[in-house]
Amino acid sequence: MVSRTTDDYLAMVTAGCQAVCEPAFWAGFDRCSVDGFHDYFCQLTEHEPRRAAKFGLPHYCWLCINPKESEDLKLASEVMDLIPQFMDKPNVLGIGEIGLNKNSANELKVLERHIEIAAQHDQLILVHTPHLEDKYKGTRLILDALKNDPRIQPSRCVIDHVEEHTISMVLDEGFWAGMTLYPESKCSSSRAIDMLERFGTDRIWMNSACDWGISRPLAVPHAAIEMKQRAHTHPWIDKVVYQNPVAFMQQSPRFRLP
Amino acid sequence: MSHLSRNQVLDLYFMDARHKLIDLAAFLDRMDRAGGEADFRAEAFAQAMQHLLGEAPDRAARVLMSLSDPTTQPIAKATTKAACGAWPGEPESEKIPS
Repeated sequence: MVSRTTDDYLAMVTAGCQAVCEPAFWAGFDRCSVDGFHDYFCQLTEHEPRRAAKFGLPHYCWLCINPKESEDLKLASEVMDLIPQFMDKPNVLGIGEIGLNKNSANELKVLERHIEIAAQHDQLILVHTPHLEDKYKGTRLILDALKNDPRIQPSRCVIDHVEEHTISMVLDEGFWAGMTLYPESKCSSSRAIDMLERFGTDRIWMNSACDWGISRPLAVPHAAIEMKQRAHTHPWIDKVVYQNPVAFMQQSPRFRLP
Repeated sequence: MSHLSRNQVLDLYFMDARHKLIDLAAFLDRMDRAGGEADFRAEAFAQAMQHLLGEAPDRAARVLMSLSDPTTQPIAKATTKAACGAWPGEPESEKIPS
Protein backbone atom coordinates (compact mmCIF):
# COMPACT_ATOMS: atom_id res chain seq x y z
CA MET A 1 0.00 0.00 0.00
CA VAL A 2 1.24 3.44 -0.89
CA SER A 3 0.93 4.65 2.70
CA ARG A 4 2.52 1.60 4.34
CA THR A 5 6.25 1.34 5.03
CA THR A 6 8.26 -1.86 4.98
CA ASP A 7 8.11 -1.85 8.79
CA ASP A 8 4.32 -1.73 8.54
CA TYR A 9 4.28 -4.66 6.13
CA LEU A 10 6.51 -6.71 8.43
CA ALA A 11 4.23 -5.99 11.40
CA MET A 12 1.09 -6.80 9.40
CA VAL A 13 2.41 -10.11 8.13
CA THR A 14 3.69 -11.03 11.59
CA ALA A 15 0.19 -10.31 12.99
CA GLY A 16 -1.35 -12.69 10.47
CA CYS A 17 -2.51 -10.40 7.68
CA GLN A 18 -3.24 -12.56 4.63
CA ALA A 19 -3.84 -9.90 1.97
CA VAL A 20 -4.19 -6.15 1.56
CA CYS A 21 -6.41 -4.09 -0.64
CA GLU A 22 -6.15 -0.37 -1.14
CA PRO A 23 -8.48 2.03 -2.92
CA ALA A 24 -7.38 4.78 -5.27
CA PHE A 25 -7.05 7.75 -2.95
CA TRP A 26 -6.27 11.44 -2.73
CA ALA A 27 -2.53 12.10 -2.74
CA GLY A 28 -2.77 14.78 -0.05
CA PHE A 29 -2.70 17.39 -2.81
CA ASP A 30 -4.66 17.73 -6.05
CA ARG A 31 -3.03 16.04 -9.01
CA CYS A 32 -3.03 18.53 -11.85
CA SER A 33 -3.27 16.30 -14.90
CA VAL A 34 -4.55 12.96 -16.11
CA ASP A 35 -0.91 11.87 -16.53
CA GLY A 36 -0.52 12.02 -12.75
CA PHE A 37 -3.41 9.61 -12.42
CA HIS A 38 -1.96 7.34 -15.09
CA ASP A 39 1.26 7.10 -13.07
CA TYR A 40 -0.75 6.52 -9.88
CA PHE A 41 -2.77 3.70 -11.46
CA CYS A 42 0.52 2.13 -12.63
CA GLN A 43 1.77 2.38 -9.06
CA LEU A 44 -1.36 0.66 -7.73
CA THR A 45 -1.42 -2.11 -10.31
CA GLU A 46 2.28 -2.80 -10.87
CA HIS A 47 4.65 -1.38 -8.28
CA GLU A 48 2.65 -1.87 -5.07
CA PRO A 49 1.85 -5.55 -5.76
CA ARG A 50 5.57 -6.20 -6.27
CA ARG A 51 6.41 -4.34 -3.06
CA ALA A 52 3.84 -6.31 -1.04
CA ALA A 53 4.95 -9.59 -2.62
CA LYS A 54 8.37 -9.19 -1.00
CA PHE A 55 6.53 -9.91 2.27
CA GLY A 56 4.45 -12.71 0.82
CA LEU A 57 1.39 -10.49 0.84
CA PRO A 58 -1.10 -10.50 -2.04
CA HIS A 59 -2.02 -6.92 -2.93
CA TYR A 60 -5.30 -5.81 -4.49
CA CYS A 61 -6.57 -2.40 -5.45
CA TRP A 62 -9.55 -0.37 -6.56
CA LEU A 63 -9.55 2.38 -9.17
CA CYS A 64 -11.26 5.77 -9.38
CA ILE A 65 -10.77 9.49 -9.01
CA ASN A 66 -11.33 10.20 -5.34
CA PRO A 67 -14.24 12.49 -4.36
CA LYS A 68 -11.79 15.03 -2.92
CA GLU A 69 -10.58 15.64 -6.49
CA SER A 70 -13.99 15.66 -8.14
CA GLU A 71 -14.75 19.37 -8.35
CA ASP A 72 -12.81 19.64 -11.64
CA LEU A 73 -15.24 17.87 -13.95
CA LYS A 74 -12.98 18.04 -17.01
CA LEU A 75 -10.07 16.36 -15.23
CA ALA A 76 -12.39 13.87 -13.55
CA SER A 77 -13.83 12.91 -16.92
CA GLU A 78 -10.36 12.36 -18.39
CA VAL A 79 -9.40 10.17 -15.44
CA MET A 80 -12.59 8.13 -15.66
CA ASP A 81 -11.91 7.58 -19.38
CA LEU A 82 -8.57 6.09 -18.30
CA ILE A 83 -9.96 3.60 -15.78
CA PRO A 84 -11.10 0.88 -18.22
CA GLN A 85 -7.51 0.55 -19.49
CA PHE A 86 -6.46 -0.68 -16.06
CA MET A 87 -9.48 -2.76 -15.14
CA ASP A 88 -8.03 -5.98 -16.52
CA LYS A 89 -4.90 -5.80 -14.39
CA PRO A 90 -4.67 -8.94 -12.23
CA ASN A 91 -4.99 -7.16 -8.86
CA VAL A 92 -7.92 -4.84 -9.64
CA LEU A 93 -11.02 -5.75 -7.64
CA GLY A 94 -13.31 -2.96 -8.79
CA ILE A 95 -14.14 0.72 -8.66
CA GLY A 96 -13.30 2.63 -5.49
CA GLU A 97 -13.21 4.40 -3.29
CA ILE A 98 -15.87 6.47 -4.97
CA GLY A 99 -18.36 8.53 -3.04
CA LEU A 100 -18.72 12.06 -1.77
CA ASN A 101 -16.55 14.38 0.29
CA LYS A 102 -18.36 17.69 0.84
CA ASN A 103 -21.59 16.55 -0.86
CA SER A 104 -21.27 18.93 -3.80
CA ALA A 105 -23.12 18.78 -7.11
CA ASN A 106 -19.93 18.01 -9.06
CA GLU A 107 -18.91 15.25 -6.66
CA LEU A 108 -22.31 13.69 -7.23
CA LYS A 109 -21.95 13.86 -11.02
CA VAL A 110 -18.56 12.12 -10.80
CA LEU A 111 -19.97 9.49 -8.45
CA GLU A 112 -22.79 8.79 -10.92
CA ARG A 113 -20.31 8.38 -13.78
CA HIS A 114 -18.25 5.94 -11.68
CA ILE A 115 -21.40 3.95 -10.93
CA GLU A 116 -22.06 3.80 -14.68
CA ILE A 117 -18.53 2.48 -15.31
CA ALA A 118 -18.91 -0.14 -12.57
CA ALA A 119 -22.28 -1.24 -13.96
CA GLN A 120 -21.03 -1.42 -17.57
CA HIS A 121 -18.03 -3.52 -16.59
CA ASP A 122 -19.72 -5.55 -13.82
CA GLN A 123 -17.26 -4.37 -11.17
CA LEU A 124 -17.42 -4.49 -7.39
CA ILE A 125 -17.82 -1.08 -5.77
CA LEU A 126 -16.08 0.37 -2.70
CA VAL A 127 -17.60 3.59 -1.39
CA HIS A 128 -16.13 6.34 0.76
CA THR A 129 -18.72 8.13 2.89
CA PRO A 130 -17.91 11.70 3.95
CA HIS A 131 -16.46 12.41 7.34
CA LEU A 132 -17.82 14.11 10.43
CA GLU A 133 -20.74 16.51 9.90
CA ASP A 134 -21.08 15.53 6.22
CA LYS A 135 -21.43 11.79 6.73
CA TYR A 136 -25.18 11.31 7.31
CA LYS A 137 -26.27 13.49 4.39
CA GLY A 138 -23.57 12.05 2.11
CA THR A 139 -24.42 8.44 2.92
CA ARG A 140 -28.06 9.12 2.07
CA LEU A 141 -27.11 10.75 -1.27
CA ILE A 142 -24.73 7.89 -2.12
CA LEU A 143 -27.26 5.16 -1.39
CA ASP A 144 -29.86 6.96 -3.51
CA ALA A 145 -27.37 7.24 -6.40
CA LEU A 146 -26.54 3.53 -6.20
CA LYS A 147 -30.18 2.52 -5.97
CA ASN A 148 -31.02 4.66 -8.99
CA ASP A 149 -29.10 2.23 -11.20
CA PRO A 150 -30.99 -1.09 -11.36
CA ARG A 151 -27.85 -2.88 -12.59
CA ILE A 152 -26.10 -2.26 -9.27
CA GLN A 153 -26.48 -5.10 -6.79
CA PRO A 154 -26.16 -3.95 -3.17
CA SER A 155 -24.44 -7.21 -2.25
CA ARG A 156 -21.54 -6.19 -4.52
CA CYS A 157 -21.06 -2.76 -2.89
CA VAL A 158 -19.35 -1.99 0.39
CA ILE A 159 -20.19 1.36 1.99
CA ASP A 160 -17.18 2.22 4.09
CA HIS A 161 -16.62 4.37 7.19
CA VAL A 162 -20.07 3.70 8.67
CA GLU A 163 -20.78 4.98 12.14
CA GLU A 164 -23.64 4.62 14.59
CA HIS A 165 -25.95 7.01 12.72
CA THR A 166 -25.41 5.53 9.26
CA ILE A 167 -24.93 1.80 9.72
CA SER A 168 -28.65 0.99 9.82
CA MET A 169 -29.50 2.68 6.53
CA VAL A 170 -26.61 0.85 4.83
CA LEU A 171 -27.46 -2.62 6.12
CA ASP A 172 -31.22 -2.18 5.75
CA GLU A 173 -30.79 -1.45 2.03
CA GLY A 174 -28.80 -4.69 1.53
CA PHE A 175 -25.33 -3.16 1.13
CA TRP A 176 -22.17 -4.23 2.90
CA ALA A 177 -20.96 -1.93 5.67
CA GLY A 178 -17.30 -1.16 6.31
CA MET A 179 -16.06 0.14 9.65
CA THR A 180 -12.78 2.02 9.44
CA LEU A 181 -10.76 2.10 12.63
CA TYR A 182 -8.99 5.28 13.71
CA PRO A 183 -6.92 5.70 16.88
CA GLU A 184 -7.77 9.35 17.49
CA SER A 185 -10.79 10.40 15.54
CA LYS A 186 -13.90 8.88 13.95
CA CYS A 187 -14.61 5.20 14.73
CA SER A 188 -12.67 3.45 17.48
CA SER A 189 -12.40 -0.33 17.85
CA SER A 190 -14.65 -0.20 20.94
CA ARG A 191 -17.43 1.51 19.01
CA ALA A 192 -16.96 -0.81 16.05
CA ILE A 193 -17.38 -3.84 18.29
CA ASP A 194 -20.45 -2.20 19.87
CA MET A 195 -21.96 -1.91 16.38
CA LEU A 196 -21.20 -5.56 15.65
CA GLU A 197 -22.91 -6.61 18.88
CA ARG A 198 -25.96 -4.50 18.07
CA PHE A 199 -26.34 -5.08 14.34
CA GLY A 200 -24.85 -8.55 13.90
CA THR A 201 -21.90 -9.77 11.87
CA ASP A 202 -23.53 -10.26 8.47
CA ARG A 203 -22.29 -8.07 5.62
CA ILE A 204 -19.89 -6.10 7.80
CA TRP A 205 -16.12 -5.84 7.68
CA MET A 206 -13.46 -3.88 9.52
CA ASN A 207 -10.46 -2.11 8.07
CA SER A 208 -7.66 0.15 9.21
CA ALA A 209 -7.60 3.78 8.18
CA CYS A 210 -4.52 4.46 6.09
CA ASP A 211 -4.96 8.03 4.99
CA TRP A 212 -3.35 11.29 6.02
CA GLY A 213 -4.28 11.27 9.71
CA ILE A 214 -2.67 9.02 12.30
CA SER A 215 -3.54 5.38 11.64
CA ARG A 216 -2.45 2.00 12.93
CA PRO A 217 -1.55 -0.74 10.46
CA LEU A 218 -2.50 -3.28 13.15
CA ALA A 219 -5.87 -1.74 13.98
CA VAL A 220 -7.79 -4.84 12.93
CA PRO A 221 -5.66 -7.38 14.87
CA HIS A 222 -5.85 -5.07 17.91
CA ALA A 223 -9.64 -4.96 17.55
CA ALA A 224 -9.63 -8.77 17.48
CA ILE A 225 -7.82 -8.74 20.82
CA GLU A 226 -10.49 -6.45 22.23
CA MET A 227 -13.18 -8.80 20.93
CA LYS A 228 -11.50 -11.62 22.87
CA GLN A 229 -11.45 -9.39 25.96
CA ARG A 230 -15.21 -9.07 25.53
CA ALA A 231 -15.41 -12.89 25.53
CA HIS A 232 -16.40 -13.26 21.89
CA THR A 233 -15.72 -16.66 20.38
CA HIS A 234 -13.08 -17.43 17.79
CA PRO A 235 -15.65 -18.15 15.03
CA TRP A 236 -17.37 -14.81 15.75
CA ILE A 237 -14.09 -12.92 15.55
CA ASP A 238 -12.86 -14.86 12.53
CA LYS A 239 -16.07 -14.09 10.66
CA VAL A 240 -15.60 -10.36 11.09
CA VAL A 241 -11.86 -10.03 10.51
CA TYR A 242 -11.35 -12.73 7.90
CA GLN A 243 -14.35 -14.60 6.48
CA ASN A 244 -16.43 -11.51 5.72
CA PRO A 245 -13.80 -9.56 3.74
CA VAL A 246 -12.87 -12.75 1.90
CA ALA A 247 -16.52 -13.44 1.08
CA PHE A 248 -16.99 -9.96 -0.31
CA MET A 249 -13.79 -9.81 -2.33
CA GLN A 250 -14.19 -13.32 -3.71
CA GLN A 251 -17.07 -11.90 -5.72
CA SER A 252 -14.24 -10.65 -7.95
CA PRO A 253 -12.74 -13.51 -9.97
CA ARG A 254 -9.33 -11.89 -9.45
CA PHE A 255 -9.28 -12.30 -5.68
CA ARG A 256 -7.13 -15.24 -4.66
CA LEU A 257 -5.61 -16.12 -1.33
CA PRO A 258 -2.29 -17.99 -1.27
CA MET B 1 -28.30 -6.92 24.91
CA SER B 2 -24.58 -7.41 25.51
CA HIS B 3 -23.37 -10.82 26.65
CA LEU B 4 -21.22 -9.06 29.26
CA SER B 5 -22.54 -7.97 32.64
CA ARG B 6 -22.45 -4.29 33.56
CA ASN B 7 -19.61 -5.00 35.97
CA GLN B 8 -17.67 -6.73 33.22
CA VAL B 9 -18.13 -3.67 31.00
CA LEU B 10 -16.91 -1.51 33.88
CA ASP B 11 -13.91 -3.79 34.39
CA LEU B 12 -12.94 -3.40 30.74
CA TYR B 13 -13.77 0.23 30.05
CA PHE B 14 -14.18 2.27 33.24
CA MET B 15 -10.60 3.54 33.44
CA ASP B 16 -10.56 4.53 29.76
CA ALA B 17 -13.95 6.25 30.04
CA ARG B 18 -12.83 8.01 33.24
CA HIS B 19 -9.75 9.29 31.44
CA LYS B 20 -11.89 10.61 28.58
CA LEU B 21 -14.36 12.21 31.00
CA ILE B 22 -11.58 14.12 32.74
CA ASP B 23 -10.10 15.09 29.38
CA LEU B 24 -13.51 16.45 28.38
CA ALA B 25 -13.79 18.39 31.62
CA ALA B 26 -10.28 19.80 31.11
CA PHE B 27 -11.21 20.84 27.55
CA LEU B 28 -14.19 22.80 28.90
CA ASP B 29 -11.99 24.43 31.56
CA ARG B 30 -9.50 25.34 28.84
CA MET B 31 -12.27 26.97 26.83
CA ASP B 32 -13.29 28.98 29.90
CA ARG B 33 -9.74 30.25 30.39
CA ALA B 34 -9.40 31.26 26.74
CA GLY B 35 -10.50 34.70 25.57
CA GLY B 36 -12.70 35.96 22.78
CA GLU B 37 -15.88 34.73 21.20
CA ALA B 38 -16.22 31.10 20.21
CA ASP B 39 -17.51 30.04 16.80
CA PHE B 40 -20.40 27.66 16.00
CA ARG B 41 -18.42 24.63 17.15
CA ALA B 42 -18.65 25.59 20.80
CA GLU B 43 -22.45 25.75 20.76
CA ALA B 44 -22.62 22.58 18.68
CA PHE B 45 -20.44 20.81 21.23
CA ALA B 46 -22.59 22.01 24.13
CA GLN B 47 -25.74 20.82 22.35
CA ALA B 48 -24.16 17.44 21.57
CA MET B 49 -23.16 16.94 25.20
CA GLN B 50 -26.81 17.10 26.27
CA HIS B 51 -27.28 13.68 24.67
CA LEU B 52 -24.89 12.13 27.18
CA LEU B 53 -27.28 12.85 30.02
CA GLY B 54 -30.33 10.81 30.86
CA GLU B 55 -31.30 7.25 30.14
CA ALA B 56 -32.38 7.48 26.48
CA PRO B 57 -30.52 4.92 24.31
CA ASP B 58 -28.36 5.43 21.21
CA ARG B 59 -26.37 8.28 22.70
CA ALA B 60 -23.52 7.88 20.18
CA ALA B 61 -25.91 8.06 17.23
CA ARG B 62 -27.72 11.08 18.72
CA VAL B 63 -24.45 12.91 19.36
CA LEU B 64 -23.38 12.22 15.76
CA MET B 65 -26.71 13.41 14.40
CA SER B 66 -26.65 16.60 16.47
CA LEU B 67 -23.28 17.46 14.89
CA SER B 68 -24.43 16.54 11.37
CA ASP B 69 -25.59 18.57 8.38
CA PRO B 70 -29.38 18.09 8.38
CA THR B 71 -29.90 19.27 4.79
CA THR B 72 -30.59 16.83 1.97
CA GLN B 73 -29.53 18.55 -1.27
CA PRO B 74 -25.99 18.68 -2.69
CA ILE B 75 -24.14 21.95 -2.16
CA ALA B 76 -23.31 24.08 -5.18
CA LYS B 77 -19.52 23.76 -4.92
CA ALA B 78 -17.00 22.26 -2.51
CA THR B 79 -14.74 25.07 -1.28
CA THR B 80 -12.82 23.03 1.28
CA LYS B 81 -11.39 19.51 1.43
CA ALA B 82 -11.83 18.75 5.09
CA ALA B 83 -14.86 18.55 7.34
CA CYS B 84 -14.71 20.49 10.60
CA GLY B 85 -16.70 18.34 12.99
CA ALA B 86 -19.91 20.35 13.36
CA TRP B 87 -22.39 21.82 10.90
CA PRO B 88 -21.90 25.56 10.47
CA GLY B 89 -25.33 26.19 8.98
CA GLU B 90 -26.22 26.68 5.33
CA PRO B 91 -24.73 29.74 3.62
CA GLU B 92 -27.03 31.30 1.02
CA SER B 93 -24.30 31.07 -1.62
CA GLU B 94 -24.19 27.28 -1.41
CA LYS B 95 -27.86 26.64 -1.93
CA ILE B 96 -28.77 25.14 -5.29
CA PRO B 97 -32.06 26.55 -6.62
CA SER B 98 -34.63 23.79 -6.65
